[in-house]
Parts: sequence; structure tokens; C-alpha cells
Amino acid sequence: MPRKFQNPTEDSLTLKLTLGSIAIAFVGLFLVLPLIVVFHEAFKGGLAHAWTTITDPDTLAAIKLSLIAAVIAVPLNTVFGVAAAWCIAKFDFWGKTFLVTLIDLPFSVSPVVVGLVYVLVFGMQGWLGLTLAGYDIQILFALPGIVLATIFVTFPFVARELIPLMVDQGRDEEEAAVSLGASGFQTFLRVTLPNIKWGLLYGILLCNARALGEFGAVSVLSGHIRGETNTMPLHVQLLYDNYDYTGAFVVAAILTLLGLLTLAIKSFLEWRYADELAASHRH
Amino acid sequence: MTLVNVSYDPTRELYQHLASAFAKSLKADNVTLRTSNSGSGSQARAVIDGQQADVVTLALAADIDAIARTAKLLPADWQKRLPQNSSPYTSTIVFLVRKGNPKGLRDWNDLVKPGVGVITPNPKTSGGARWAYLAAWSYAGKQLGANDGKTRDFVGRLYKNVPVLDSGARGSTVTFTKRAIGDVLLSWENEAHLALKEAPGQFEIVYPSRSILAEPPVALLDRNVDRRGTRAVAEAFLKFLYTPEAQEIQARDFFRPRDPKVLAKYSKQFPRIELTTVDSEFGGWEKAQATHFADKGVFDRIFGK
Amino acid sequence: MSAPGISLAAGRARSVLPGFRLSLGFTLVYLASLVLIPLVALLLRPFELPLPELWDAITAPRVLSALRLSFGMALAAALIDAVFGLIIAWVLVRYRFPGKALLDAVIDLPFALPTAVAGIALSTLYAPNGWLGSALMEYGIRVAYTPWGVLVAMVFIALPFTVRTIQPVLAELGRDSEEAAATLGATRLQIIGRVVLPALLPAILTGVALAFARAAGEYGSIIFIAGNLPNISEIAPLLIVINLEQYDYAGAAAVGVVMLGASFIMLLALNALQSWAAKRR
Repeated sequence: MPRKFQNPTEDSLTLKLTLGSIAIAFVGLFLVLPLIVVFHEAFKGGLAHAWTTITDPDTLAAIKLSLIAAVIAVPLNTVFGVAAAWCIAKFDFWGKTFLVTLIDLPFSVSPVVVGLVYVLVFGMQGWLGLTLAGYDIQILFALPGIVLATIFVTFPFVARELIPLMVDQGRDEEEAAVSLGASGFQTFLRVTLPNIKWGLLYGILLCNARALGEFGAVSVLSGHIRGETNTMPLHVQLLYDNYDYTGAFVVAAILTLLGLLTLAIKSFLEWRYADELAASHRH
Repeated sequence: MTLVNVSYDPTRELYQHLASAFAKSLKADNVTLRTSNSGSGSQARAVIDGQQADVVTLALAADIDAIARTAKLLPADWQKRLPQNSSPYTSTIVFLVRKGNPKGLRDWNDLVKPGVGVITPNPKTSGGARWAYLAAWSYAGKQLGANDGKTRDFVGRLYKNVPVLDSGARGSTVTFTKRAIGDVLLSWENEAHLALKEAPGQFEIVYPSRSILAEPPVALLDRNVDRRGTRAVAEAFLKFLYTPEAQEIQARDFFRPRDPKVLAKYSKQFPRIELTTVDSEFGGWEKAQATHFADKGVFDRIFGK
Repeated sequence: MSAPGISLAAGRARSVLPGFRLSLGFTLVYLASLVLIPLVALLLRPFELPLPELWDAITAPRVLSALRLSFGMALAAALIDAVFGLIIAWVLVRYRFPGKALLDAVIDLPFALPTAVAGIALSTLYAPNGWLGSALMEYGIRVAYTPWGVLVAMVFIALPFTVRTIQPVLAELGRDSEEAAATLGATRLQIIGRVVLPALLPAILTGVALAFARAAGEYGSIIFIAGNLPNISEIAPLLIVINLEQYDYAGAAAVGVVMLGASFIMLLALNALQSWAAKRR
């Protein structure tokens, strides 16, 4: 009996089923189950309770504060990301690799260390605290501190999405545009931007999701005053500690929905613009 | 005008209730009291680093001493400025056990037995945990005849039975009540009553033979109120805490009021037990803090082993 | 998130493009003022202590055990995520099945989910009265409030890093070399062991390093699920917070510097790894 031909690079059905089950079981156990718990706990108290929690002035203030912090931090990091990617991808200079390492650094710094760092700089026992207090400038335990911490933890997101993409695209198109008489800004707007727009959007999305969700760094330098310096993730902790578990999970569910929305847009972009994203897909 | 009150962990409900009563007493709608709650030590740290608080209402004097010493926001003799050591209410440390007290825990010596899970926060960051530690120390000292080595051994065995060390009192309550960890929670009296109210029929309070008189102090931060122009309101608020009306609210939230009349009215919910004090037994908070809770202090040595 | 240590195009003659000074200047000023100068404040702070005290602050048994826990568990989590990340990437790249897009999207969940949310969700799940915790209790296994809780949280937050670094490399790898090896008579096992895995090795190592760096610094999700017991389940970032709350700024900064040093070395190693991988190609 001749054996049935099997493609040598094709796994056997048993192996496929085994590996597939392992993958799905692992993802289900570690990633999906916690997600289900969030929504299960959030709706335990019924829709009415969820609604009261959401419309509570303190919750709304927390949502507002988180959004304000993100609205300041994300555009700043986006401008930075574009500038950094432009000089790194389009020019050669000494120390470039080191610069890339430094840009990556905030990503692997523990959020708690980020909070600590700003306490050491702007705290009353730190470098600038007393001087700034003399001018009545409040950084820590107020919006500026929360924004600074958010900028730090989301620092490399846009830059790291753009750098490989722009390195890959080279500089021929831009050079052609410039030799035809386009100004630098026109070149960027008409030539570079269309090439990187999806990667850019992708980076902004990730940056935004992380900005809304930051906990450790903000926790160290927020005043934890409800209605004033409590961000959404901190409000989750506050409600949790106030015996309002369901409320905590309701706010957690809002944050989760924002995260899921980010993922959905991201997946949509990947599906719709797969080719353009391919270059940056090493993520 | 917003008055910022930086407080310790288990006063979340209390200051919410007091805030509305205070606003009413002022007959002014434009005054809001905002309270931040966390472990007493972490709150003091935040104030020292520049958190803009008008008043602090912390778990113990040592934390406000640290603010006076390090950040100089108020004079060193702050505790003499208000009646009763600046503590409008007192409290103590009690045991919260599961319904029916299945392990039969009656007193501190039951807690060092093998197999008993004791839940208490980290004395390094939580005020209530420091009161609980000193209460245990005082009991052991009395039972074992003022022998420091034996006392330390007793307290050491107690902490060997601790499976989770949260950073604040509320975290420990959540661990014990919601996560079902441990057999006994060393709890603020008010926190224990609140747990009973939150989950009726699931827990019981046990009063040990001896505990400690906890005096959570309140203070005005002079430098901050003068800069923010809130001194008058802040002073009014602290004075308000001593009024019969506020004392009632405190009693209803299970803090022991100083006002003898109010205390008498609520005497049923505050059983009289033997209470030691930090001043009489430990030479005041400054000394107790340095001996037991400072870096390389007794607590560190207990856990360092 | 892309892998760090991006390989940069080889140099060419001076570019005619404008904006070099502006973009580099802005990059450097922004980087310096927001990241580098604050980090210098951190680096200098521990040296307010006399050197022997500084040494004590870093080598105290409690500090060492916290560092051991953070780094040890992070390494374990990174390795677990490497194994399962490889399997998941393999399944995502090589197999076709319904719901694949969903599985692919779900991988990024830990990126999008705030750590505090992950923390309360995981502790609810693994507590002795939780869905998984109660089931595991019957076998006498405790996860929440033990060092294993730390591991579970780290495995959760670090998984996307291994999957997402292996996946694109595997997709690019193609099957040519596998087919070639098969025609030369290699068995499937030999092909995977000698052809596929070596080609994936740089990506796997990068993924492990990234997962390790992220897990070692994690705070938000872990404090909810670990017992936070000194010497047992207390992670290094928590020790920083505790030191800070005891007004021990120098001690907090000392632990912070150790963690920062570790992550910086990790990044440098990653860059070296990338250039090694680039040369191998």
C-alpha cells in the first residue's frame, strides 16, 4: 500500500489539533478569562448600579482627568515620534544607535521608578520642589505631574512604530521631491506622511491606550483626591477599597472597553492596510 | 472653596458623612471638603513631597510629627493646639473573626498558635498595623513578665502567621472579607464594625483582654492654609470635629467619641476593655517609632530572620 | 510595539533632505528634559548616603529577596511566554482555522488592558473563592497571595511581547528551507530542530528579553494578587514604594537605580543581539 503523500512542511492533523488546542487554551486561560471576569463582576449589580457608578461626579471627574492627560501626552509624544523618526531614518549621524537605545529606555523602566524619578525632581525634598513652590507652581499631586508621568511611560510608542517603517522606505522619494523644488514641510506632508499614516495611527492608538491605563507611575505622584487628582485606573482602586467592588469593576469595564476599541481599530487597520503596515509589522 | 483633607485608610465613610454636616453647619454651599485616603505613612509622605493639604487627619501622631520635622509645614508642638492630644475621637484594635469563630480565637495568645491565619497590614506603611503591633507587644509584655526577648519572640510568632501583608488597613479588610484569606483580622474597631455592616451575618467581633488606646490626631498645616487662604475654614472644620453633632456622626461610624455624653449614649457598641497607651508603655510615638518601626528596628529584625 | 534595537540602514552620502537640525534638536531636547535629566536625579540620589550604607541598602536580605523575586519570576514568566508564544505564533502563522483573526487580536489584550484592571481581575479569578482559585484549592494549589500569583500576573502582561516578536519573523521565514531539508531526507523533528528553531532564535531571544524587562518592572497588576509579604512575595517595585513611604528617598532611589541598571543592560544586550542576528542573515 503506498503511503498517502504528505507535504513535508505541513504538520500532521494530530499535531495541528494539539498545538491549536494548547494555543487556544493558554490564551483563553490567561487572557480571555480575566476579561470575562471584569464584565461578569461589573454587571453583577445590574445595569442600574453600573449607570449610577458611571454618572457619579467622581467617576466622571476621573474619566475627564484621564482624557485630559491623554490629550496632552499623546500629541506631544506624536510630534516627538515623528521628529525622532525623521532624523533617525533620513539622516546618518554619530551615536544614532545609542539614541535609539535611549528612546527605548522609558519602555523598560518600571512605572514605579518613573513616579519616583519625578518625586525626586519636583518633590519638596527634591531638586526643584522648593523653587517652584516659591513661584506657586504645583507639579506633583496635580495635573502637570500626572501628565509628565503619562508622557514618560508612553514616550517611545509612536517613535518605535515609525522608525522601522521610515528606515524601510528609505529617502529616495523625499530626495526626488526636494530636487523638484518642494520645501521640507511640503515634502513631509505630501510624500512622507501618506507613506507612514497607518503606522502613525497605529502608534498613536497604542500610545493612547497605554496613556489611559497607566497606574503605577501616576499612583506614586497623584494626590488620590477623588474628584480632583484621581485618574480612571486610580478610581478603580479607590472604589475597590471603598467596598464598592461592583463599582470598581464597572470603571474597569469602561477602561477595558476603551482597550478593546483600540484593539478593534488596530485589527481593522491591519486587515485593511496589511501591505502598508507590513513594514512596521515587526511589533 | 475647597478644603483638602489628607486622611488615613478607614476614614473614607466617616469624612464623607462629616463633610456634608460641616457644609450645613457653615450655612455655606461654596465649601467642599475633599478627602484623600490611603495608608497613614504614605499620606504623610505625599504631604511632605508637596501634596497641597489644608488639614491632615492621620492614624497616629508619629506621621504628623514627620511632616512637622521634615517639611516644617506646622510647628513641632502641633499636638497641643487642640483638645485631647488633637484627637477628636479614639479607637482601638479588635479581632474580626469568621461567623461562629471556628478557630475559637479569644485573645492574643490564640493568634500565635500554628495554623491560625492572621491578617494585618504592613506596620511600615499602615498606622492601624502599628497600633495592632504595639497592642500585641503590650499583651505579650504583660503575660511574659516584661522580658523583651520573649516578647519579641511572641510578636515574631504572630507575624509568622500572617499570609498577606497589605499596605493599608482597607486592603487587609478586603483580603480578609472578600478574598476569604485568614482566620482573624487585626482591625480598627470602626473598620470591623463597618465590615459587619457590609456583610451581615458573616463575621463576628472579638474583643481581646487587652488592647491599645489609639488616638488618631488631626492637624492644620499652617504653611499650606496661609498660602491657599483657607485658614479660617480649616480651623472651623477642626473645631467642628469636637462639636456634639460631629461627635454623634463619629460614634455612628464606630469611632469612640471624646464627648462623655455622646460616648455614654453609644456605650453599648463600645465595650470597655483594658487599654494601654503609647505614652505610658512605649514612651510616646517618637520613641516607639524609632525602636520598633524605623529601618533596622525591631519589626525589621522580626521579619529579617 | 516594535522591538527595540531597530537595525538602521547603512550610511550613505550626506542627505539633501532638510530638517535634520530641527528634528534632531527637538528629539534631543525633548528626550533630555523629560527622560534623561529626571533619570540623572534618580542616579545621583542614592549617593547622598555614605557608601557603606548605600551598600547595605542594596544588599539587605529583604532587598535582595525582592530583587530575586522580581527578576527570577520575570525570567520564569518570559521563558513560559517564550514556549507558549512560539506555539501561538506557529498556530497563527501556519494554520488556517475559523476565529483565527479573533485569536490574533486577543493577543494584544495585555497591551490595551490597564494593569490595575488586570490586577483586580486576576485576583478575583485566583482568590480561594474565585473561579480558578477554588478549583485549584481542591488540589491544594494556592496561587493568589503567594509568589505564584506574581508569576501568573507576569505571564499575563508579558505574553504579547514574545508572540509579537516571533510571529512576523516566522511569517517571513517561508517554507523554502524546510522543503529543501525535507527533500534531503530530514525528518519533521529534525527540520524543526535544525532549520526552523535556529532561524527563529534571535526573535525568540528578543521576545524573551522584552518580556523579561516588562515583567521585572511590573507593579500595578502584581500588588493586587501577590501577598506582598517581605522576603516571600514582595516585589522590588513595591519595595521602592515602601521605602518612599518611610521617607527613605535614598533607599528608594538605590533600589530604583538597580532596576534601571538592569533594564539598561537588557536593552544594550538586545541591541547587541540584533546586530548579531543581522550579521547572521
